[in-house]
Amino acid sequence: MLEGMLIGLQTALSLKMILVVIGGCLIGTFIGMLPGLGPMSIIAIMIPVAISMGDPSAALILLAGVYYGAIFGGSTSSILLNAPGVAGTVATSFDGYPMTQQGKAGKALTIAAIASFCGGTIGAILLMIFAPMLSSVALLFHSAEYFALMVVGLSAIAAFAGTGQVAKAIMMTTLGLIMATVGEGALFNLPRFTMGIMDLQSGFGFITLAMAMFALPEALFLVLKPREMKDSGSGVIKDMRITRAEAWAIAPVIGRQSLQGFFIGVLPGAGATIASFLGYAVERNIATKEEQDQFGKGSIKGLAAPETANNAACTGSFVPLLTLGIPGSGTTAILLGALIALNVTPGPRLMIDEPQIFWAVIISMYIGNLVLLVLNLPLIPYIAKVLMVPRNYLIPFILFFTLMGAYIGQNNATELLILVGFGICATALKFADYPLAPLLIGFILGGMLEDNFSRSMQLYDGIAFIWERPMTMGLLVIAAILIVLPSYRARRARINQAGVADGD
Amino acid sequence: MALDRWIALILLGICLAYGYAAWFTMDAGLAPFMQRNPIWPSTFPKALSVLGAGAALVTLFGLEKSNVKMGDIDYRRLHEYKLGQAIALLALMVIYALTLRPFGFLVATSGFLIIGAFILGERKLHVMIPVGVIAAFSVWYLVSQVLEIYMRPLPGFLLGLGG
Repeated sequence: MLEGMLIGLQTALSLKMILVVIGGCLIGTFIGMLPGLGPMSIIAIMIPVAISMGDPSAALILLAGVYYGAIFGGSTSSILLNAPGVAGTVATSFDGYPMTQQGKAGKALTIAAIASFCGGTIGAILLMIFAPMLSSVALLFHSAEYFALMVVGLSAIAAFAGTGQVAKAIMMTTLGLIMATVGEGALFNLPRFTMGIMDLQSGFGFITLAMAMFALPEALFLVLKPREMKDSGSGVIKDMRITRAEAWAIAPVIGRQSLQGFFIGVLPGAGATIASFLGYAVERNIATKEEQDQFGKGSIKGLAAPETANNAACTGSFVPLLTLGIPGSGTTAILLGALIALNVTPGPRLMIDEPQIFWAVIISMYIGNLVLLVLNLPLIPYIAKVLMVPRNYLIPFILFFTLMGAYIGQNNATELLILVGFGICATALKFADYPLAPLLIGFILGGMLEDNFSRSMQLYDGIAFIWERPMTMGLLVIAAILIVLPSYRARRARINQAGVADGD
Repeated sequence: MALDRWIALILLGICLAYGYAAWFTMDAGLAPFMQRNPIWPSTFPKALSVLGAGAALVTLFGLEKSNVKMGDIDYRRLHEYKLGQAIALLALMVIYALTLRPFGFLVATSGFLIIGAFILGERKLHVMIPVGVIAAFSVWYLVSQVLEIYMRPLPGFLLGLGG
C-alpha cells in the first residue's frame, strides 16, 4: 500500500498533473458559478477533453478538479447573488446571502473557502483510510454479490428520490437499463434491439446521453425562464479576513460536518445536496438558543456547515466509485463512464492493478483543495465577473459546448441529432418531475449488471445463486427494504394525518 | 390527465414493445447450443420489461401518492415562458448538425453562435460577429491543433476536396 501511495505521489506531483489540477479547478469554478450549469453538465462537457488526454490518471484528476471547482463556484454565486449554480450549494445561500447583504461578502467567501478546504481535506484523509478497507472486503465478492450490490445501489438511488417519486425513479432506472441493452453486447456477440438501424449497432453513446440528460435541459430551462439576478449592490468584495473568535466558533462545526458529510457522500443516492441540507439542519438543532436565532440571518456556523458537508460528501462519493466501481450519484456515474471510455475499470482490483491511478486521484484531491484555497479565493473578485456576461451570449455558447461534447468523441453528425432528440425527451421528463440521474446511472451500470447476472446464472445453472449465497440474499433483501420503506412511511404518515382535522 | 401520467403511458408502451420483442421475437433465431444455456440474450430484457411495465403502471394509476410540488417551471403555463426562443434554438441545433459537414466547422459554428445570440434578442452586430468568429476559430484551433482531433474547417470546395 505504501509503495502504491508513493507511485501515486510521484504521478500527482509531476508538473503536468499539478497544471491539470489547477486548470480543472479554475474551469470548474468558472462554469460552476453560472446559474443553471451543474457539476454534471460541466463534467459531461469536459469528458471529451479528458479522454483525448489519453492518460487515465490525468483524465480522472482533471475531472475531479472540475468537480470540486464547480461546487466551489456554485457556493460563490450562492453567496454573492443568492443564485446557486449547483443544487449542493442551495443551503449555502441561506446564511451566505444575508452576510452579503450586510456587506460581509468577503468574510462569507473566506469562511466558505476554509470550510470547503477542511471538508475536502478531511474527506480525503477518510477516503485514504476507508477505500483500501472496503477494497479488501470487495475482493471477496463474486459476481453474484456484485450483481446484488448493484441492485442495492440502484434501489438506494431510487429510494432517495423522495416520497411519491420512488416509482418514477424506478421507471427511470429501468429505462436506463433498457437503453443499455440496445446494441451488441460483449456477452452474446449478438445485436439486440437495434431495429436494423446501423447507428444503433454499437449502442447509444454515453456522452451523448449524459449531455442530453443534463446539459441540454438545463440550458433550455435557462432560455425558457431567465432567472433574475438580484445584485444587492453590496456585492463588493472587501475585507476577506476572519477573526480568531470566528475561527474558534466554526472549528467544531467543520469537524462534525466533515465526518457526517463524508459518510452521507459514501451512501449511494445521497450526495452533496442531501449532505449540505442535513448538515445545516443538524447544526441549527444543536446550536444554543441565541445562535439558533442567527441562522438564516447571516450565521457563520450556518454558512460553514453546508459548505463543509458538501465538499466532504463530494470526496465521500468517490469511495464506492473507486472501490466497488459503482457510482452513487449522477456525477460519479459520469466519471465512471469516462473511465470505462479510457479502458480503466474501477473496482477492488484498481488499487492493486493500477495504484498510480487510485492514489494519484486521492493525492490530487489534497492539491485540488489547496488550489481552491490559495489560488481561487484571491481570484474570486475577478472570476465573479463571469456573472456579468450577458445571457444572450452565454446561452449559445453553452449549447455549442453541449453539441461539441457529443461531436468530438464520435466525429459523427448523426450523434448531434440523437442528442437534440434525447434532449427534448429529457426536458419533457424534467417538466413532469421525473428524476434524470437514475436513468444515466442505470444506463452506465446496465452492462455490468447484466454481465454479473449472467455469470452467476451460468455458475449456478439458474437463479439458485440468490438463496445459495447468503451475502447475495442479504443484499437483495436490503434492496427490497430500501424500495418498500419510503412508500410504507409515506402511507403511515397519511394514515396518521387522516385522523387530524385540518383546522380552519 | 397530468403530464407525468401521459409520460408514464408512453413509457408503458415502450416497455410493452420492448417486452414483446424480448418475450416473443428474440429467441426465434437462437442457435440450438445456446438454448441449453441457463441464460439467454433475452433473459435480462424479459425481467426489465416486467419491472418497467410495473413501475409505469404504478405511476399511471397514481398508486403512489405524491405531494405535488412544482419544479422551476410549471409546464401548464409553458406559453408564458419564452417557448418560441427555445424552439428556435432547438431548430438551430438541428440545422447546425446538418450543416457541420457540408459547410465546414468554422462557417457552421460562427453562424450558430451569431444566429443563436440573434434569436435571444441581441442586435449589436458589431459585437456578435467578431465574438462568434473568434470563438469558432479558437475552438477549432484548440480541438484540431492541441487535442489533435481533425475537424474540416471550411467547406469542401474551398479545400479542394470537390465538395
